[in-house]
Amino acid sequence: MSPTSSAQARQPSSQPAAGPIKESGAFTAHLKTIERKIALRSQYENFIGGEWVAPVKGGYFDNISPTTGQVICRIARSQAEDVERAIDAAHAAADKWGRTAVAERARILNRVADRIEEYLPFLAAVETYDNGKPIRETNLADLPLAVDHFRYFASCVRAQEGSLGELDDDTVAYHYHEPLGVVGQIIPWNFPILMATWKLAPALAAGNAVVIKPAEQTPMSLLVLAELVQDILPPGVLNIVNGFGLEAGKPLASNPRIAKIAFTGETTTGRLIMQYASENIIPVTLELGGKSPNIFFADVMRDEDAFVDKALEGFAMFALNQGEVCTCPSRALVQKPIYERFMERAVKRVEAIRQGDPYEMSTQIGAQASNDQYEKILSYIDIGRKEGAKVLTGGEANKMSGDLAGGYYIKPTVFEGHNKMRVFQEEIFGPVVSVTVFDTPAQALEIANDTLYGLGAGVWTRDINMAYRFGRGIKAGRVWTNCYHAYPAHAAFGGYKKSGIGRETHKMMLDHYQQTKNVLVSYSDKALGFF
Amino acid sequence: MSTVIVMDPGRVSVTDAARKLIEQLKKTYGPIMFHQSGGCCDGSAPMCFQVGEFKLGGVDEKVGEIAGCEFWMDREQFKLWAHTRWTVDVVPGRGASFSLEAPLNMRFLIRSSLCAVPTAKADP
Repeated sequence: MSPTSSAQARQPSSQPAAGPIKESGAFTAHLKTIERKIALRSQYENFIGGEWVAPVKGGYFDNISPTTGQVICRIARSQAEDVERAIDAAHAAADKWGRTAVAERARILNRVADRIEEYLPFLAAVETYDNGKPIRETNLADLPLAVDHFRYFASCVRAQEGSLGELDDDTVAYHYHEPLGVVGQIIPWNFPILMATWKLAPALAAGNAVVIKPAEQTPMSLLVLAELVQDILPPGVLNIVNGFGLEAGKPLASNPRIAKIAFTGETTTGRLIMQYASENIIPVTLELGGKSPNIFFADVMRDEDAFVDKALEGFAMFALNQGEVCTCPSRALVQKPIYERFMERAVKRVEAIRQGDPYEMSTQIGAQASNDQYEKILSYIDIGRKEGAKVLTGGEANKMSGDLAGGYYIKPTVFEGHNKMRVFQEEIFGPVVSVTVFDTPAQALEIANDTLYGLGAGVWTRDINMAYRFGRGIKAGRVWTNCYHAYPAHAAFGGYKKSGIGRETHKMMLDHYQQTKNVLVSYSDKALGFF
Repeated sequence: MSTVIVMDPGRVSVTDAARKLIEQLKKTYGPIMFHQSGGCCDGSAPMCFQVGEFKLGGVDEKVGEIAGCEFWMDREQFKLWAHTRWTVDVVPGRGASFSLEAPLNMRFLIRSSLCAVPTAKADP
């Protein structure tokens, strides 16, 4: 059993309800346009051993759609007992799944991908409903990427081979990849299905059984996905436990029966997760965010061509997903000779971003994921102003009308200031970019690296040598060069410095979910002659 | 930046609403403390734990006390916050963290004011 603190036992078994379940009119209207769908439930249990299992203590919490601020369903509020049940189911399935031929595991993951693809517009709609991001993004990015990640890891695992080393004429060292067994995963709320997929696809491909806890702000879409693939995945291979960090996250992360814990979130909880893992001596992977610089050299504007347009789009990328991206290019560094000209056009580009009804395909950004997130972003806009940063555009909430009046909308905001301001140093996780000017490449590199984090960066230049030097010089896990916000399965993603440990995506993730077994064999009858 | 950390007993304060919630949490959990987070998702928000749950280390600095609870922060992060004062407030919401108040549909939040103007070194 996992250590259950007395505090958990004293937890209230229910919480104040936010109100009755109220479907959004815009969502219902949007669903009517979708052909392949399943009925949504007003209450979701945990998904354990391939079945819907009610929480042992019977508690539920309200799930609120950030598009309207209304309750859209209730979700199991799990405790340590539920986590234990999920880990039991995972252990019952892990051995068989780990021994299942890779061709069969790959076939199953490909079927999961096919099923997601079949229901893509529906899952995209649910993701928008749950998270607040626009339907344009869930249809064109989140869900297609999830499909591709499952297919990618289905392929990788089939191509993976162990190795053998011929130590001498009759001694051989064999290296096998073995699954870790049962792994725990705690995922964030900014890309609920895609971030789950980043963790699930490699873990399942590598032959592990998983217990995953979605974020309590966006628990619904992964449960809908589970219902869609319930007939495909063997029972117990995927187990979803819902609830709050302290009540469900801790019993999972600190559990002596998991072989690894993977977490995406922030630094304090990241430390807590490592602390729990250290007690059990198990590996962790952590992705803890960043404050990514996006650097624009003067030669970007040397010619008036398609590349300038691409770079300006690259600047505006800070608003993608309402800025709720760990690699949000939330610091822009623009070289002096083009600063005025570039910023004039960049601000216009930002002002052209269409914010509004997330169910309109033309809407580019939607609602922040929750009220507390909305409040936090506004508090940072306040700090920026107090620090003396100049608001070039935005700087306030976007009040919507009708159905969306209760939602959490913030206008894309551009601050102008310097790198010592808190708005340049802290992850706001909103549609806010802080811009500063630089003279020399050396100065740009100093500013870029003057941060506690190192997850992403962007470099925009026509000079290939400059691009190379910055690609190598910036202390961050990914440097997008003349592009930004691309998340292919085939490229490794992860942080330097306080941005975390380990990587996600890319075939190297199989290693993150595998043990190395060395079998050292002598094919000789002769004694060593040592004793 | 060579920041000299000046300890300011008035650096961290608390709103009445947050104080009330802290008192409620103390009744449920006993002694509690805060650690300021950074980074992704629910980062840049204060995390509230039972004393002893979160292992403090040599990298942490005690930066204040609110409603009888210690408020801690990573020292490197503190250097970047040193020109501001903070008020711990609370708003409806839950975040996604291990912070004690989340199941109550409440979330602690930092509001800041300036106590010194930050100075740029390299960048104008």
